[in-house]
Amino acid sequence: MKYLFEGVSRSALVLLALFFAALAAAPMFANDYLIVVLITILYFAYAGQCWNIMMGFAGQLSLGHALYVGLGAYVTAALYVKFGVSPWIGLFPALVIAGAVGAVIGFLAFRFGVSGVYFAILTIAFAEFARIGFDHFAWVGGAAGYFLPVANYTQNDFFNLRGSQHMFYYILLAMTVAAFVLCHLLLRSRAGYYWLAIRESPEAAEALGINIFRYKMYAVVLSAALTSLGGVIFAFFYNNLFPEQVFHISRSIELILGPIIGGIGTLFGPIVGAFLLTGLAEGLREVMLRLGIDLPGMKQVFYGICLLLVVMFLPDGVWPPLKKKLGLDRDTEKRGS
Amino acid sequence: MALLEVSGISKSFSGLKAVQNVTFEVPEGKIVGLIGPNGAGKTTCFNMIAGVYKPDTGTVTLNGVRINGKRPDEICRAGIGRTFQIVKPFAGLSVLDNVVVGALNAASSVSEARKKADEVLEILGLAPKRLQAASTLTLPDRKRLEVARALATQPKLLLLDEVMAGLRPTEVDQMVRVLLDLNKRGLTILLIEHVMRAVMALSGNIIVLHHGELISRGTPDQIAKDPKVLECYLGEEAL
Repeated sequence: MKYLFEGVSRSALVLLALFFAALAAAPMFANDYLIVVLITILYFAYAGQCWNIMMGFAGQLSLGHALYVGLGAYVTAALYVKFGVSPWIGLFPALVIAGAVGAVIGFLAFRFGVSGVYFAILTIAFAEFARIGFDHFAWVGGAAGYFLPVANYTQNDFFNLRGSQHMFYYILLAMTVAAFVLCHLLLRSRAGYYWLAIRESPEAAEALGINIFRYKMYAVVLSAALTSLGGVIFAFFYNNLFPEQVFHISRSIELILGPIIGGIGTLFGPIVGAFLLTGLAEGLREVMLRLGIDLPGMKQVFYGICLLLVVMFLPDGVWPPLKKKLGLDRDTEKRGS
Repeated sequence: MALLEVSGISKSFSGLKAVQNVTFEVPEGKIVGLIGPNGAGKTTCFNMIAGVYKPDTGTVTLNGVRINGKRPDEICRAGIGRTFQIVKPFAGLSVLDNVVVGALNAASSVSEARKKADEVLEILGLAPKRLQAASTLTLPDRKRLEVARALATQPKLLLLDEVMAGLRPTEVDQMVRVLLDLNKRGLTILLIEHVMRAVMALSGNIIVLHHGELISRGTPDQIAKDPKVLECYLGEEAL
């Protein structure tokens, strides 16, 4: 515990506690619609945090993270529907499979010196393989989609992840907090220092005794495996999976917009970004609905404008300047957070 | 047996012979200078020792153990620290964190590495700037940071590639004092340097490369009088 809070300023802790309390209490005040919005936000915050390990920490750009979401979703859903395996058990094979696929991509790229945009293209290629592969994978429904049985649940069946939105909300909240704490600890560990070094200058990192292949592999495997857990929740919350949606590149892009707008490589970036993007997009939709305007694709235009504004005016993302405003940057020894 | 033994190494880049059959050694506890005109193959030599390039021929041994063909990180862990002529700071990290990354090479924990990093920063006079982002440092400070980072890996042999370039004369003297002090505490140093004032003050032995070949070696006095060296590098005025 002491190690966890070491070097974290008191004002940051107070703010964190307040923020967490507000999130924990939210379901008491929020209606069903708002809960779904909050679930979406937490999902993006969690998945964005996982992506950030690879890109924000180790500097490896993945544009195919929908692959790991989809693998987590399909593996646990298939195990549950076909064999009645609880998702809490099914998530272990999901972790292993997503991690292994991440390892294959990482190995191919890092062994053969594929980096930068070429690495990003490789990640897209694998996500596309999966999309087309699952389209023809009849065992899990192929292109027609895969469905989890739905019923009106009077009671939450936590063990099988069948139940109310509130249950999903709290599970996602716990996952987001856990990912946040994990990333905070990782940044202070040997691996965290090594990842940042590799991100900043691979040649210098190598000259300082860092096995850059190994540490890049750690980042990819960890990021892939953790992202698949987001897929587990995705599958059991939405109850339907279509390869064309789950593995589509737009899903991968959607997933990384949060951390980019919030601040790549920061701990709060993915969370702030998720709140901003989803919150504002849903707010916009609400306003348009009230005004009776029906413009399909408005959300994408909105995402585009957000990205443009951030790139132009806040190239480090929203969080670093926000952190300054909140007076949390005095402890400059901490990178990120 | 010398700490570092370089024997008959050569390296060509698509036909251009950058280094040809170079042999020299760096005895433990000594400071050896590597000089020569631009393009003589000094940095290529360094890169072969540090594992960035594999030599086409020849061997490099550290304490009798062959290290040529190993990766740069393995060579660092074997006990050779290096700096880059074109500095490569971790720009987004603080000065302290830059050095902590180096210190983690030998330290068993992050807190131990931070302690070591603070010591090294003190030695190189960077302590007051420890929390600044490395991107905000001036070039001389970046050169110091290169040395600090390499030193923090706790090497047996330190390879310095033109760390004096761009430093003012007083700063050169200061760096010379720091290096002499480190050497007194047992650190062996091989340095590439164009600042003659530093090379002459530091090196017990000097090796001269020209067109990829070793043309002379000896004490600073001998080198300063060698006609071959005068002709290709030092120039007549050095007399």
